[in-house]
Amino acid sequence: MLWLRTLRLGVKSLTLHPLRTGLTMLGIMIGVWAVIVLTAISQGASDQVQKQIESLGATTIIVRSVKPPDEEMAGMGASKFGLRRSELDQILATLPTIERAVPIREIGRQFTYQDRRVSGRLVGCTPGYAEVTKLAIRDRGGRFLTDADGLRLDNVCVIAAEVAEQLFPYEEPLGKMVYVPEHTDYYRVVGVLAHRNPSAAIGGSLDSQDFSQDVYVPIQTMRRRVGDTIMTRGNGQFQVEMMELNQITLQVQHVSQVKTTASVIEGILAVKHSLVNDIAVVVPLELLEQARNLRLMFLGIGVLIACISLLVGGIGIMNIMLASVTERTREIGIRRALGAKRADIIRQFLVETIVLSFAGAALGILLGFLGPVMYRGVIALISASFPDQFAALPAAIRDSQPAIVYETIPLAVIIAVTVGLVSGLYPAFRAARMNPIEALRHE
Amino acid sequence: MSLTDAYRHDVAENATSALKGLPKEGAGDSHSESPRLATKILNLKKEYVLKSETVRALRGVSFDVPEGDYVAIMGPSGSGKSTLLNLLGCLDQPTSGQLMLGDDDIGTMTDDELADIRSRRIGFVFQSYNLIQQLSVVENIQVPLYYQGRIGPAQRERSIALAQRVGLGERLEHRPAQLSGGQQQRVAIARSLINDPYFILADEATGNLDSVTTEEILTLFDELNEEGRTIIMVTHEDDVAGRAKRVVRLKDGMLHRDELNPQSEREAVREAQREAASEILKKQGGN
Repeated sequence: MLWLRTLRLGVKSLTLHPLRTGLTMLGIMIGVWAVIVLTAISQGASDQVQKQIESLGATTIIVRSVKPPDEEMAGMGASKFGLRRSELDQILATLPTIERAVPIREIGRQFTYQDRRVSGRLVGCTPGYAEVTKLAIRDRGGRFLTDADGLRLDNVCVIAAEVAEQLFPYEEPLGKMVYVPEHTDYYRVVGVLAHRNPSAAIGGSLDSQDFSQDVYVPIQTMRRRVGDTIMTRGNGQFQVEMMELNQITLQVQHVSQVKTTASVIEGILAVKHSLVNDIAVVVPLELLEQARNLRLMFLGIGVLIACISLLVGGIGIMNIMLASVTERTREIGIRRALGAKRADIIRQFLVETIVLSFAGAALGILLGFLGPVMYRGVIALISASFPDQFAALPAAIRDSQPAIVYETIPLAVIIAVTVGLVSGLYPAFRAARMNPIEALRHE
Repeated sequence: MSLTDAYRHDVAENATSALKGLPKEGAGDSHSESPRLATKILNLKKEYVLKSETVRALRGVSFDVPEGDYVAIMGPSGSGKSTLLNLLGCLDQPTSGQLMLGDDDIGTMTDDELADIRSRRIGFVFQSYNLIQQLSVVENIQVPLYYQGRIGPAQRERSIALAQRVGLGERLEHRPAQLSGGQQQRVAIARSLINDPYFILADEATGNLDSVTTEEILTLFDELNEEGRTIIMVTHEDDVAGRAKRVVRLKDGMLHRDELNPQSEREAVREAQREAASEILKKQGGN
């Protein structure tokens, strides 16, 4: 009741000086507005950058078969090692965070067409591989592997640009048959990849990967045609390796899930691979680190700007409240003479500042919701007025869409009201400390 | 120099019998045997320390104010009348000596207790009215109750009754800025009555008013005193002091004289001032 009455009184006192009240609220309003809009803009830019990092493979986890040292394999019978197809199913069944999983089997092989010959990798994979490794089909027709290719166990392949140049220097490769002499198999070319530089770091493991000599076939076809056993002859050696999958490339939905997902996978795989160290789970640590750093940087900038604007707002409130205390010295004297205790005076002024900061914060929030629209307007204006300079801006800035971070709204209000309260305390105590006799004499 | 017990008794009797015009809170307990005192001042001293110098504003003042009295405190500037006013208003505390309000000695009270007693037992009327600008007439009258935590329909009714009593029944929702000086002072007087005070403490209450309005306000004080209200007013105008029952003169921080205004003289002064005021009114009307 007491506070309610004080509140009514406070509102009354504030409405007595609408301009002054408005200007004070403006400070807090701009503060809150700035917090909301700046965090939205920085969130937008951050999202954009995150997306770019993700496109570099920050959400990718790679599980690889590793050939164990020979001594460890001794006494294990046939040298069978590495990932199993059943383990892929197990991982998929266990982890809901996985968006895409691509099993890969790869062997070095020779490919021929007529009298031309190329050494390269025969890669068995699923259609998702193209997206995971960002492979693109060249512009002049063709396609990547499809699920149907795998289901029908078709002998089809997609060849890298360099392979196409070497095997088909004067011809159109589409529809031609590439021969793999070791297995005496023909594969019909259904797609040719666009040129691509050796990628740094798929999945963030810094080994650069060269896709230029690859021939992609459906993994099911490969299992049928090549099998799990690979015999290598050469230099007087004869080696037999049995392996179901070389690699599983997994993509999780969000960067933040990478580490936990990877540790769960390690747990699942540990059951069968604890004896022999024949697998490795590779997490794109550096990219994750980079993503985290960038997010922290954007957050830091946002918080810094927000703090500055709220500080300015707070100083504004303190300024006005001090002026108000001085101006209302007489009123304070009257109230004290009529029985107001020091606490009553403090309460009165504090309530006024709280009302001011709440009202300012409310307006700031309303305006903040218009922030993204305003931002787009400003961007449109800039791009119209300075098209060249605008085009030169980094894409993260050009294309970012401000995204309001709703958590910042209560935060901004709390900070604004705290700032208001803190700024109001000193003036309020000053008012309460005043000698009523002198206050009454004040003109 | 002190007043006789007979006078005290006389004043207090009048007060108890006359207090019926307005609803008095806690009415019915005023039939005490001995004359009740609105305030009792005993060897009151107040010193201020200004830099290295000690200013002795009051050097031992003693007098009583019985309930129903009408006292004018006079004295040249520097005589200590402002200091005495501040002490009577519980805005300040004495260096030594006693100032009793009922059973309370203000010398021993804390700041909060002083504030409390101001809101409950003192009715201030200031020279410059001192109304709160953002409040309406009724709200201004209620301010002392507000600080007692008592605000409700009953209190509002009481303040409306008081506004009517001082002749502002038509202007309940006006703001001070919309009122003339005389009207504002009426609001202040109504406010001083809201908490049923020990006494109305008027500080040059007519100092800012023209003589016609002064006459109106003094008439209001006369009426209130006749209704049993105790009034202590600080003034430097002999005309105003002439309306009081008793004049206390201070000089150099000491009680200089404490005299009664004989009833006949008071009435003569009153008559003369009323005539003078109506003269002025006539002249104004003639223009």
